[in-house]
Amino acid sequence: MAKGVMIIDGQRVNFDGEKNVLAVIRKAGIEMPTFCYHSDLSTYGACRMCIVEDERGKIDASCSLEPRDGMVIKTNSARLLKHRRTILELMLASHDCNCTTCEKSGNCRLQELAHQFGIRAVRFSDTREKLEPDTSSPAVVRNPNKCILCGDCVRICEELQGVNIIDFVNRGSQARVAPAFGRLLSETKCVSCGQCAAVCPTGAITVKNEIGEAWRAIHDPKLRTVVEIAPAVRVAVGEAFGIPAGENVLDRLVTALKLMGVDEVYDTNFGADITTITEASEFLERLEKGGPFPMFTSCCPAWVKYLENENPKYLKNISTCKSPMEHFAAVLRDKYAAKDAADGKRTYLIAIMPCTAKKMEAARDEFKTDGRPDVDLVLTTREVIDMIRENGIRLQDVELESPDLPFGMSSGAAAIYGVTGGVAEAVIRHCVPDKSKNALREIAALGIRGDESRKETVVHIGDTELKIAVVHGLINARKLLKEMDEGKAFYHLVEVMTCQGGCVGGAGQPYGLKEVKQIRGEGLHRIDNSSMFKRAERNPVVTQLLSEYDEEKAHRLLHVSYVKE
Amino acid sequence: MDAANEAMVRRAEEIIDSYGCRRENIIAIMQDIQAEYKYLSQDVLEKIAEKLGIGVAKVYSVATFYENFSLEAKGKYIIKVCNGTACHVRKSQPIYDGLREYLGLQGKQKTSSDLLFTLETVACLGACSLAPAMTINDEVHAKMTPEAAVALLEDIRAKEAQNG
Repeated sequence: MAKGVMIIDGQRVNFDGEKNVLAVIRKAGIEMPTFCYHSDLSTYGACRMCIVEDERGKIDASCSLEPRDGMVIKTNSARLLKHRRTILELMLASHDCNCTTCEKSGNCRLQELAHQFGIRAVRFSDTREKLEPDTSSPAVVRNPNKCILCGDCVRICEELQGVNIIDFVNRGSQARVAPAFGRLLSETKCVSCGQCAAVCPTGAITVKNEIGEAWRAIHDPKLRTVVEIAPAVRVAVGEAFGIPAGENVLDRLVTALKLMGVDEVYDTNFGADITTITEASEFLERLEKGGPFPMFTSCCPAWVKYLENENPKYLKNISTCKSPMEHFAAVLRDKYAAKDAADGKRTYLIAIMPCTAKKMEAARDEFKTDGRPDVDLVLTTREVIDMIRENGIRLQDVELESPDLPFGMSSGAAAIYGVTGGVAEAVIRHCVPDKSKNALREIAALGIRGDESRKETVVHIGDTELKIAVVHGLINARKLLKEMDEGKAFYHLVEVMTCQGGCVGGAGQPYGLKEVKQIRGEGLHRIDNSSMFKRAERNPVVTQLLSEYDEEKAHRLLHVSYVKE
Repeated sequence: MDAANEAMVRRAEEIIDSYGCRRENIIAIMQDIQAEYKYLSQDVLEKIAEKLGIGVAKVYSVATFYENFSLEAKGKYIIKVCNGTACHVRKSQPIYDGLREYLGLQGKQKTSSDLLFTLETVACLGACSLAPAMTINDEVHAKMTPEAAVALLEDIRAKEAQNG
């Protein structure tokens, strides 16, 4: 990696291994504006906002420039400022500027930079043909009239998820970002991961907003609104209220939801404990029967969708366990059927998820009872943040309140479901016969935690040596499947999470880069560390509940098959 | 998929295989397929994506980036009316308009509904001394008028009707 000294705006700045001049400039404390540069993705160099000028007056995009020793550049000359303003003006001219009613208002990079550069008038008129927004996806809405062609969505879909649903179409003034053949998103192999919406700097791709549905249910006296909260939500929701990422604000969120009028607030972690026990039993059963291996985890609906779309022969390898969200829902529906009948109310279940694909999962036929979804509505972390704000609740100042009982109790193993490696770790904790504290420490040190794209380990249960892999980012799952196809890889258990870092990096979370996702993940590990019990089977409510089920009921409530007949 | 399209996809597979299914050859593959069939059908693009192991959105992106690739079926006879400077000043536009009217082409439509003719313009055929010029399947026709051009097409139609 290159080392040296650069002169930036007259200041000496050392660099050591930064991949481009842009990174060096930012290190020097200058906030260079960008649209198309996203440090988690490849460099594209299209928006030209990060331009710099050298001694000879040559202008280059700093994102695409390698740092060289002795380089002398300016970041804010008169020419550069003029160019940046012109670029912004041209972008605004071909942009649907209905900012006040835009889903992205307040989080829009274009709005922010236009404000920062003091663009108060646009000299050019919009000559583009108006296109219809695509609302066909259960997870995201695509409004091409707000697209600035930065290509962030194209690259995350291809580079991190490896599905390549959208790409550039046509060229020059006719260029658009769209699925192939002018298809709607619902007609493509989109897995609803929503990462395109998470990186979009404008409102061109946004998460489907269902806040209106939530308010209607909460304010309907005939409904009992019950909420379940996913693990990854509690370490991210505070970010919008000045609470640092990674801090567990579950108790504040419970209070806020009660203030908003929700009747009962429970914890998806309770469902995760059910998942761990069910999934571990299935795994041990497969070990006895000799397969099929690997067993893939089934919590991530985008991953399940991916296999259905692209590699259905592996569907039989997916664990037949429902996801924690659906486990919770099935158990709650079963428990509350009598209660509903007795007091003449209907239970309306809202799941708060870090995830956009959960909206798609909730609508699947497999998770409907008598035609009605077990989970009535999925809200993302950001939607809930908007609702808290709408009610004027200051999350940082509210009293603390624990989730309701009995479904508010959970183990530490459930908390780590929201971070890469967590599901596998929870299952291993359950399967390993040694139940000592030391065994827990050894499991933690197996190497399945952390941010590497693929983590592998070996666990011994009795005489059997079990090979376990953990991947996050669908592109890494795709690579693993390819190696399996070629006979180069064999595992007993594979955990797959579609989003980078696991659910903490879900597209429903507050906007953030890799670093923030890691901090949230560490927060979940802290919850685990300080939890009263760390194994799912130590959850007394869960074990009591599962012991009440006969075989037929357990199968009906806890299992699902994605294999097509 | 109809029989013609199926045959086209099979032939496309052969062409892709002949390039060793390597993604860096995507443009050459598309050119070869188009050279035989004059266009790239949706099924062909899907097959390219599948065989090269890339997303269909990427293949579609490449195909729409280059003006040269056609995603619509073309007629048996491709007419190129020159609209270069020399042909333009010698009134090539009325020839184009006359042919459009004769073929009954509407809006962005380029190919007659009987799939016999596709009408295109070209920036210069390099035959300025013959202006206004046009080609029918690469055969050059010099010093055209709208009437002469329509007469050529009528001849072809009559011949096709006889054979067909």
